[in-house]
Amino acid sequence: MKPNQNKKLSDFKLMKYGYPDDNGHYGVFGGTFVAETLIEPLRNLRDMYHKLKKDEDFLKELYSEYENYVGRPTPLYFAERLTSKINGANIFLKREDLCHTGAHKINNTIGQAILAKKMGKTRIIAETGAGQHGVASATVAARLGMECVVFMGEQDIYRQSQNVYRMKLLGAEVVPVTSGSKTLKDALNEALRDWVTNVDDTFYIIGTVAGPSPYPELVRDFQAIIGREVINQMQEIDKKVDALVACVGGGSNAIGLFYPFIDTESKMYGVEAAGDGLDTDKHSAPLNKGKIGVLHGNRTYLLEDENGQIIETHSISAGLDYPGVGPEHALLKDLGRVNYESATDKESLEAFHELSKVEGIIPALETSHAVAYAIKLAAKMKKGENIIINLSGRGDKDLNTVARIEGIEI
Amino acid sequence: MSRISETFHQLKKNEKTCLISYITAGDPSLDDSLKIMNTLVNSGTDIIELGVPFSDPMADGPTIQRACERALIHKTSCSDIFNLVKKFRINNKGTPIVLMGYLNPIERMGYDLFAKSASESGVDAVLVVDLPHEEAEDVVNIFKKYNLESIFLIAPNTKTERIKKIANYASGFLYYVSLKGVTGASTLDINSTKEQLKIIKNTIELPLAVGFGIKDAETAKILSNQADAIVIGSAIVNIIENEQGDNIKTNSDIMQLMNPIRLKLDENIISGEEV
Repeated sequence: MKPNQNKKLSDFKLMKYGYPDDNGHYGVFGGTFVAETLIEPLRNLRDMYHKLKKDEDFLKELYSEYENYVGRPTPLYFAERLTSKINGANIFLKREDLCHTGAHKINNTIGQAILAKKMGKTRIIAETGAGQHGVASATVAARLGMECVVFMGEQDIYRQSQNVYRMKLLGAEVVPVTSGSKTLKDALNEALRDWVTNVDDTFYIIGTVAGPSPYPELVRDFQAIIGREVINQMQEIDKKVDALVACVGGGSNAIGLFYPFIDTESKMYGVEAAGDGLDTDKHSAPLNKGKIGVLHGNRTYLLEDENGQIIETHSISAGLDYPGVGPEHALLKDLGRVNYESATDKESLEAFHELSKVEGIIPALETSHAVAYAIKLAAKMKKGENIIINLSGRGDKDLNTVARIEGIEI
Repeated sequence: MSRISETFHQLKKNEKTCLISYITAGDPSLDDSLKIMNTLVNSGTDIIELGVPFSDPMADGPTIQRACERALIHKTSCSDIFNLVKKFRINNKGTPIVLMGYLNPIERMGYDLFAKSASESGVDAVLVVDLPHEEAEDVVNIFKKYNLESIFLIAPNTKTERIKKIANYASGFLYYVSLKGVTGASTLDINSTKEQLKIIKNTIELPLAVGFGIKDAETAKILSNQADAIVIGSAIVNIIENEQGDNIKTNSDIMQLMNPIRLKLDENIISGEEV
């Protein structure tokens, strides 16, 4: 595969791998499972996106924001000390934690916000779990002068009070969600309800590669800048990419890294949150332990009970605490193209400390899952082989959580 | 003729509007649901819509979300609901029952087993809220195999071409969502709804029901000129919530809500007969 250095969005028609199909299906996964009122706005969004992704003005504006506002390209950093300590493959970190707002989320929100503006929408809504996507949405809404409302579970508001304050500083309204389990999935339900009601002036920015078509596709395309940059950066230093590792909750940072590599020989590893362990009932690993079902507009692997009711999940990282996963990951699992592994809370905490001490980089707890697995993987790989970890976010937001677990008062 | 077609046929003959009532099955218990179903029939309900509770009812407002939560406290399942319908059918062979819910509990049970069990228990039709016709073909065919009718939604922003396509998959009746929003919302615009209903009636042959946001007899009456059926949902569920398991009060409050609606819907006919 040739590297794509042009300022373009992915054109999957040029790839052997041609998903999604025209109806937003990824094999048996994906699709549009929503009530009738949302069909028309989803179609408008799809048509507008397919038109704009080839539009030069749109791409120029998007890339200008990527460079000047988000801070792209992000560095591909060779983790020299970690590599020599593990004594296996060379470990490279794709530094998405250096993006504005501290995570990869803004690659997507800036893209969708420009789309919203082009569609004449004046109001943005978003759901958030840990608050990272909410902050990234509030940020771009401020940047483009749009009204922003963020739905957040009451539980998460309590757990992530700092991000709540950040969103308010950025001019967003944060609406507490008190239904169901009061977490991310319920925030998503509430955002969909708001969208159904205010569909004429409102654009719903979904934060991950899930939801009804075309969201999984457009979020992927906005995040795929990550993988495209890695291709260029590795070519510049004349190195082969042997393995890619990323954490998977909904799966947007993983798909962003993986997608441009799908037609290559590089091995890929998505790391789910195993919580207390995959054999307990406290984890968030639908690809490893879930069943195929339909939630939030798409068919995918889900954690559910014997009656098809969605069950509460657990992870130390709020960003991975979700019972579903993007439909494209479900397909890539079934195709055998990506290996879906997992890391427990404990392993991830250890990796959090390890990377902080050895490289001077404090990773987000979500990201720490990828780091935990990559350390194990690198040790088994040959010297001279190269492994890329998507360092999807920085860990500042998690200091309170980690301190609390370790009994330290800040 | 199916039970639903027969019901519409009879009502039409008597120039009456069909009254459809919604409750969530198992809210607050399956025994309560059975009593409420009989109360609904006794206060003029022609078709019962029985909600299949789901943990994430994204097209419903807070009222029905809470009803789902109450029903799920004791894990109300599809099999429980089929047993409820069987019990109801012992004394009632005529009132059609439509199951209304989300796809995942049905998919988890298995479409064939779901349809077979539903049909055997006496269910007449299924409305899957998050299943637009594009994704529905296989499911509709399985339902058909077991003589279950498939009810589909039409929204205020559904274009005429699409309404025709939906009608191809639908049987029994079509359900017009009278507002852009969730169930129980309070922003129903009567005039624009009336206009929409006129357009839809000219496009389809199936009976047309209208619901979402209808809370009182007046609104029901006005819309009944353009629609074949009126759906009352959240207003009933609100009573069930407010009475918190007080059986007698719940059923008498529901009578008090539904009787005037039935009377109002039948008003013209009564005066017509007198002339």
